[in-house]
Amino acid sequence: MKGLWAALRKDLLLQWRTRAQAAAVYAFGASALLLFSFAVGPQASLLREQAAGFLWLGLMLSSTLTLAESFQAEAEQHALEGLLLLPASPRALYYAKALANTTALFLLGTGLLPMMVILYDAATPRVPPLLGIVLLGSAGLSAPGTLYAAMTAQARARQTLLPLLLFPLVVPVLLASVKATSLIIHGDPMGQLGSWTLLLTCFNVIHWSLCGLLFERVVED
Amino acid sequence: MSPQDEVPAIDASGVARRFGRRWAVAGVSLRVRPGTRLMVTGRNGSGKSTLLRVLATASRLDQGEARIAGFDLRTERNAVRRQVALLGHHSYQYEALTARENLEISRRFLGAPADRVEALLSEVGLLARADEPVLVFSAGMRKRLALARALLQDARVLLLDEPYGELDPAGFALLDRVLGEQQRRGVTVLLATHLLDHGRALCDEAIALEEGRVIWSGPARDLPDPGTA
Amino acid sequence: MPRGKLPYYSVALGALLLLWGSTWGLFFAPAETYMGDVQRIMYVHVPTAWNGMLALTIAFFFAVLSLWKGGLDWDARLEGALEVGVVLCTLLCMQGAIWAKPTWGVWWDWDPRLTTTAVLVFAFGGILALRQFVDDPVKRATWSAVAAIIAFADVPIVYFSVRWWNSLHQVQSTPATVSRAFHWPLRINAFGILFLMSGLIAVRARLAALRREDELAPPLPAAVPHGASLAQGVRP
Repeated sequence: MKGLWAALRKDLLLQWRTRAQAAAVYAFGASALLLFSFAVGPQASLLREQAAGFLWLGLMLSSTLTLAESFQAEAEQHALEGLLLLPASPRALYYAKALANTTALFLLGTGLLPMMVILYDAATPRVPPLLGIVLLGSAGLSAPGTLYAAMTAQARARQTLLPLLLFPLVVPVLLASVKATSLIIHGDPMGQLGSWTLLLTCFNVIHWSLCGLLFERVVED
Repeated sequence: MSPQDEVPAIDASGVARRFGRRWAVAGVSLRVRPGTRLMVTGRNGSGKSTLLRVLATASRLDQGEARIAGFDLRTERNAVRRQVALLGHHSYQYEALTARENLEISRRFLGAPADRVEALLSEVGLLARADEPVLVFSAGMRKRLALARALLQDARVLLLDEPYGELDPAGFALLDRVLGEQQRRGVTVLLATHLLDHGRALCDEAIALEEGRVIWSGPARDLPDPGTA
Repeated sequence: MPRGKLPYYSVALGALLLLWGSTWGLFFAPAETYMGDVQRIMYVHVPTAWNGMLALTIAFFFAVLSLWKGGLDWDARLEGALEVGVVLCTLLCMQGAIWAKPTWGVWWDWDPRLTTTAVLVFAFGGILALRQFVDDPVKRATWSAVAAIIAFADVPIVYFSVRWWNSLHQVQSTPATVSRAFHWPLRINAFGILFLMSGLIAVRARLAALRREDELAPPLPAAVPHGASLAQGVRP
């Protein structure tokens, strides 16, 4: 795919330059986790049991900010149109942006893990599998999220439209990631982790290919 | 090669683009020989910008046909894009990045040689401030950067939409110099502008648009002032 | 868009069949042994389920055709299919709740099929919302088609994920699985809703096409071969 590397450099450079916004998104995510504890109450056992759910809800809510922002820079001076006119391959632009968003969400999710440990007393020694699930979940949110962020950046009422369109689609990501994370934290007596990981992988394969194919139609005029 | 054998730089027939109930470009037909400098003039809202955007493939073609340097606007869009550079109302820049970084991004996509960026920054007079974020640039500086970006593309057809707008006198001179150079290289230039006298002096041919249609075409020096034709 | 009366006949026929089938099922079919009269909702619930999914599948094919062929006619049909599909699926969820309350004591029992349907209502309903916020009809058509294809591709994954998620917790049951069906009212209702659905999609598509006509300027007359040859500077 011609231009993928150039596009990826561009997106990572943009993310680095706007890292202050990433810090703000992290603060949002962390405060969401705090609010969940207030909503549920200070029973340690209940919090610990539901920790995975809170983590992924927090990450999902924060992802709308990250995803919307990823096309902010492209839309304000129509930079994306400029690239398409060079011409640059829309597919390369999509995959680069989706990879950059996956990286951002992965860092965000990883950053929220200590909050989960502290607020909900939900620690686990099995860090590599946990990071693996955070990565798969981030990728699952990014694939359709990048496409819809590109779409809604050009529409009215964009802040409402992105979550409205995205959340129903990523229900499988939420379910699978929460279940898998929970199994890692609390133990997996029946060996179900593999099935949930498989589901996440299938979701990713389907959406990374489908959204890559359809992206061109979303950004053309 | 006789003139009739030359592939026109632009060969448009009935080009039209509507926005809702209004045809912004309502059937424009043009045939432009390579190397021509064509002035496009008309009131605000007459369709100049839309026409340029449609020819650049930035905006879709709702009706009509067009060929740019022999490539079909509907079916060979990428080939058209390789031939055309647009300097329009959108600067196509990333505000958070520096001037140099912005040009580097385009350079990498185009596969142009590494020294082009420095050369262009120097030519447009931005070398001293190349490492500042575009966010702090004035409108004139952004225009210069956008010009550099358009030149980077090394296109055979250059579409300029009111480029003199934000430029200071030095910027004017720069643009005139650039246009002279492009002509020497045989590049076709479409210049949409309100500066009629300047355009008459600079361009070979002219067309006037009104309500999305061509109402006058001919040699640039014969272009009548608005309200007199 | 055709202008004939066929869709209206279809709607009328569908309504009649539905009335016939429902009356039979509600008042004359034998009661189910264990569930009693509550189970009778199945005579409406099962046909709604079949046709709801069918409507969304039809929407998917219209979306593919819209992207492939272009033009706004397929988009008008897509709008019809999306709306009818969302309405049917919403009714499905409501019927499920009406059945669940007397049966399980809760309004929602997280049955995988119904839960998937609820997610679909939000997914496809969201596409209908998207259409309200896009002014350019061509963009609206392209984006709706893209979104519909992605949402439809998601359906099996959503179903499996919800099924696994719920699998350890309770016995799966719906009116259809619990009861033995008395087939005739069911079949009549199925055809009834099918005719209703098809007719409504066609009528709704026409409405969408008319609105599109209103939104857009009519096509320009074909271009006169250009007389403006600039080599001679001739006036057009």
